[in-house]
Amino acid sequence: MWAFILRNILQRLLLLVFVSILAHSVAHLAPGQPSEVDPSNPRMKPEDIARIRAAFHLDEPLHLQYVYWMRDLATGELKSFKDSQPVLPKIWQRFLNSLPLFICETLIIWSLSFPIGIYAAVRRGSAYDRTSTFVAYTLISIPGFFLSYLVILWVVSTFNVPVIGMKTFGMEDAQPVFRWMDRLWHLVIPSLMSAVAGIAILSRYVRSQMLEVIGQDYVRTARAKGLPEDAVIYHHALRNALLPFVTMFGFLLPGLIGGSVIFEQIFAWPGLGRLGYEAILNRDFPVILTLNFIAAVLTLAGTFVSDILYAVVDPRIRLQ
Amino acid sequence: MADSRHAAALAELLPDLPTPETPLQELWRIFYKDRLAVIGLVVLIFLLIAALAGKVLTEWTVTFDPATVRLPDKFKPPLSSASVDLIPPADRPLFGTYLLGTDELGRDVFARMLQGSFVSLSIGFIAVGISVLIGIVLGGLAGFYGTVKLGFMTVDTLIMRFTDVMLCFPTFFLILTVVALLPPSIYNIMIVIGLTSWEGTARFVRAEFLTLREQDFVVAAQALGLPERRIIFRHMVPNAIAPVLMSATIGVASAILTESALSFLGFGVQPPYATWGNILADGKDFIFDAPWLFFIPGVAILVVVLAFNLVGEGLREAFNPKLRRR
Repeated sequence: MWAFILRNILQRLLLLVFVSILAHSVAHLAPGQPSEVDPSNPRMKPEDIARIRAAFHLDEPLHLQYVYWMRDLATGELKSFKDSQPVLPKIWQRFLNSLPLFICETLIIWSLSFPIGIYAAVRRGSAYDRTSTFVAYTLISIPGFFLSYLVILWVVSTFNVPVIGMKTFGMEDAQPVFRWMDRLWHLVIPSLMSAVAGIAILSRYVRSQMLEVIGQDYVRTARAKGLPEDAVIYHHALRNALLPFVTMFGFLLPGLIGGSVIFEQIFAWPGLGRLGYEAILNRDFPVILTLNFIAAVLTLAGTFVSDILYAVVDPRIRLQ
Repeated sequence: MADSRHAAALAELLPDLPTPETPLQELWRIFYKDRLAVIGLVVLIFLLIAALAGKVLTEWTVTFDPATVRLPDKFKPPLSSASVDLIPPADRPLFGTYLLGTDELGRDVFARMLQGSFVSLSIGFIAVGISVLIGIVLGGLAGFYGTVKLGFMTVDTLIMRFTDVMLCFPTFFLILTVVALLPPSIYNIMIVIGLTSWEGTARFVRAEFLTLREQDFVVAAQALGLPERRIIFRHMVPNAIAPVLMSATIGVASAILTESALSFLGFGVQPPYATWGNILADGKDFIFDAPWLFFIPGVAILVVVLAFNLVGEGLREAFNPKLRRR
């Protein structure tokens, strides 16, 4: 067990090195220099550009730039190309903004998908099953921003409330209670919208997993010995159907960065996804690379935890 | 060939015996039971016709011109007629009517949607084609030659670790990075979407190859001394293609969605090409003045992506051996 964990961690660290090298080369080999972002600015003289290039080691060979990046990342001295602010505090602040959105989204997805999917599986072929299948596929197929715009229009015209941003401008002096309510209200629509596709996908997965388990011999045995239907479904079937979902936790964490670009852009939410988008627009390589690196760390950590969890909850799995 | 002769002889001997179904007939029978999937297939056939018509009618023989700018006729609602006194005859739309209205430059939305159907569909197909090709080659190599040693690691380890590395990137963020850094071009978008979405296919194909390699017919083919090329392409790939086909159908749907998301962020296909994604992304600015610019491409994307997803689901059911022969 411990040997397995140790070897697994080592393997993942090695993967991480390769990921960072690949990310670094993709960003730096692509055309478009960070020092050329603002070529029309009359104050940018050639010597300024040269100074900027030297300050950020842009004239060194690629492998040295990689070493500098890793060194600065490890010592926390990595600076953004755009405003020379340290990268890590910048990311940390945006992370704190993204976190409530991410937590709400995840809670909504996981608390709604299971009832919807289980009910559809238990009543396979019923009107409810067919309707929920169709609705799920429709929600998967809608472009996220199309649906969000429709919902924003509807919410604003029906309830006459603001939905954009993290808080209403000018609420800073209000009572703490009102400030919190304002913050909460601003969370509702963005987290619902970013959860829509997730609910649709996860509930389909729950349904197929439940169907798989309901067809097993031990469920038939449970029915044959006269257990009430609820005990069969929730005690015998559901517990086994839940197993594969442990692995899905692993793919949850990286969604914190990659999955949220569109929705943070629509709702003007100053989170990680938008930070990445702005960094890409500015050719701000340290921020892009560090975000990519953090996403890779989150993915690897997530799959590691789910591997271990899987072995913990399923006694048939042996780690070796 | 021998099979059909055999079946014919059997039918002659035992006229009451129902002729056995070919695998394709069986597939179609199960697929046909899923009404939603059949509707999806009909939609897709229509879309294919529309896309081909779009290529022919907007580029080869210009019946509908998506690029003509008619400033007097901007923001005309659907089914309105062109202002005859202001537009020169050469610039008028067919029958003088804008079927789906005009946009902020007076361009005919119907013509742009027709052109866009071909572009959107080719983005989906080419991107998925690239990802399926990479997936089959890498997955097949890992599955068939997995045990071959390359220095200190096996081929399987090498390919699968590379797949793991690729899985560590947040896909949409990676696509956005590359598309934003490269010069804007429709081919870059196709290639980047293709290069970042092959991991699932590679894993499927590897798993299928690992089980197929142990099957009797493959062992028999090896014992007969068939060349490896023939074993792989004639005996193994056709048997491993089912899950690939299913995931490719859904892949086309998600490629179309990815393109529209890129368009929304301003990194989509650039003018003069019209895609449904960039018509929708441009239309969102005029949602109050000209709602048709927003709703027509939005609903079109929804219907087409839905059709791809439903057909993919129908194929999954049809290929699922547990649902057969019931």
